Amino acid sequence: MTERVPVLKIGDVLLVSIQVDLEDQIVLDLQEDLAARIVDSGARGVVIDITAVEIVDSFVGRMLATTAAISRMLDAETVVVGMRPAVAITLVELGLSLGGVRTALSLEKGLDMLARPGDDRPAQR
Amino acid sequence: MAGQEVSSRLVELLTAKDEQLASAWVEAVSRTLRGRMSLSELDRELRELYTALVDGLRKGAFDWQGEAYAELRALLAELSRSRARQGFTPTETATSVLACKDVLAPTTDTPAEDIHAYLHLGKLMDALALFTLEVYAKTREEIISAQSEQLMELSTPVVKLWEGVVAVPLVGTLDSARTQVVMEKLLQALVDADADQAIIDITGVPAVDTEVAQHLLKTVVAARLMGAECIISGIRPQIAQTIVALGIQFGDIVTKASLADALKHALRRGGADVTTAGGQA
Amino acid sequence: MNGPLPDLDADVQTLPIESNDDVVRARQLVRTLAQRCKLSLVDQTKLVTAASELARNTLVYGGGGVLRIGLVRRGGKVGVSAIFDDSGPGIPDVDQALTDGWTSGGGLGLGLSGARRLVDEFTLDTEVGGGTRVSVTKWGR
Repeated sequence: MTERVPVLKIGDVLLVSIQVDLEDQIVLDLQEDLAARIVDSGARGVVIDITAVEIVDSFVGRMLATTAAISRMLDAETVVVGMRPAVAITLVELGLSLGGVRTALSLEKGLDMLARPGDDRPAQR
Repeated sequence: MAGQEVSSRLVELLTAKDEQLASAWVEAVSRTLRGRMSLSELDRELRELYTALVDGLRKGAFDWQGEAYAELRALLAELSRSRARQGFTPTETATSVLACKDVLAPTTDTPAEDIHAYLHLGKLMDALALFTLEVYAKTREEIISAQSEQLMELSTPVVKLWEGVVAVPLVGTLDSARTQVVMEKLLQALVDADADQAIIDITGVPAVDTEVAQHLLKTVVAARLMGAECIISGIRPQIAQTIVALGIQFGDIVTKASLADALKHALRRGGADVTTAGGQA
Repeated sequence: MNGPLPDLDADVQTLPIESNDDVVRARQLVRTLAQRCKLSLVDQTKLVTAASELARNTLVYGGGGVLRIGLVRRGGKVGVSAIFDDSGPGIPDVDQALTDGWTSGGGLGLGLSGARRLVDEFTLDTEVGGGTRVSVTKWGR
């Protein structure tokens, strides 16, 4: 697979907007790319926009949690934005609570959250 | 006498005095409906049926489920649906069809083979009346299910209380299906209103069982996954007792006594300055 | 060891699951059918997510297999049924496999147990050395 999800840099924040139906290998590639880009760019925050994502299964859910944990280790905060209601309900039913991942309703709110240090509000406490 | 002959004889009988027979039918039916339908409308409706019936007999004998009767069946279905919607009873609806039997009813000087033909017509009209009733019942079922859906919509309004704060006041008994609908509507409202605070007010809820409490908890967790916080307000003493007795953990979910307290909390968390009543804002 | 199969309609679609791409294809196929029988958006999402978990299980643990999917009818209701078959090693302890958090591979252990919670009907037939069949059904409201 040559398809990769692009990672954009805005100021000191990395922005990933997922627009494709996520195939497992793309997910793994993205996780690797992100870790590398955080180190290369010295980014302080990562925003993962899943507005266009129609389903999040346990594989993608795990990637989101792992990415948040990895980026925290590399001194960058991760915010997942734009989760659809149907996706959220399904994740709860599936038993995934995305422990430690911070979430925001929209890209704007997510960027806001990263701009305000000290505001700590993960999805699950 | 073969079916084809009988139906031909019927066609003859029905067409010979069609004007008179159709009028008699209209009159018989209009008596049972007691002026709740305009005569001209009824006249048009039944004359169409009459024509379709004769047509069906001519082309398809007594095979009322066949192709020749398609037109008649469509007309009957149309009639039953509109009767069901206008609130006519099943009897009134079926009578519209059955009254047709009476207009051809044999008298003492009817020849024997015409009585035979009449009996066949009677059977045919009975089958058609049953078909009418079936469509009638189906329509009523559709109306009932549409109404219960509307009721569900009505009973779960999601309102925007403030910039960034939406609330859903729940009133009445919560069952699992309704709680699920509320949950979906509330979460969608968060997106639509770009609100990151949600209040679920259960002041009007008389009782909560394990399943409903679980749905409420799931709603709160799902809202958090989307980046919003939920507050549950208006928990009545009995409900608090039930929830504790059931061993349901509300964990770190914020609960407030009243909707007002919940709104105050939501605004504070949203970063607004809140003063008490009478204070200078 | 074959359990009762959901009574699929005549037009059953079959999809081999041999690669990651097929998992994506399985999701798309399930969504198309879920939309056709007018499942609500939330129910569609639940069914597609369950199918994604099960398709991945078929691929990763079963070494590949086949998905058969079609519409089912019962008493005026219409639903979607999906059957995942593999001829892999089977599951030695079914109860354990259906427990949250238990995994024989590298996953979260939510695949089977989570998928079960997302659908209306769930049956699991497995035999050590004889493969695994999981069938799920979601009914329209």
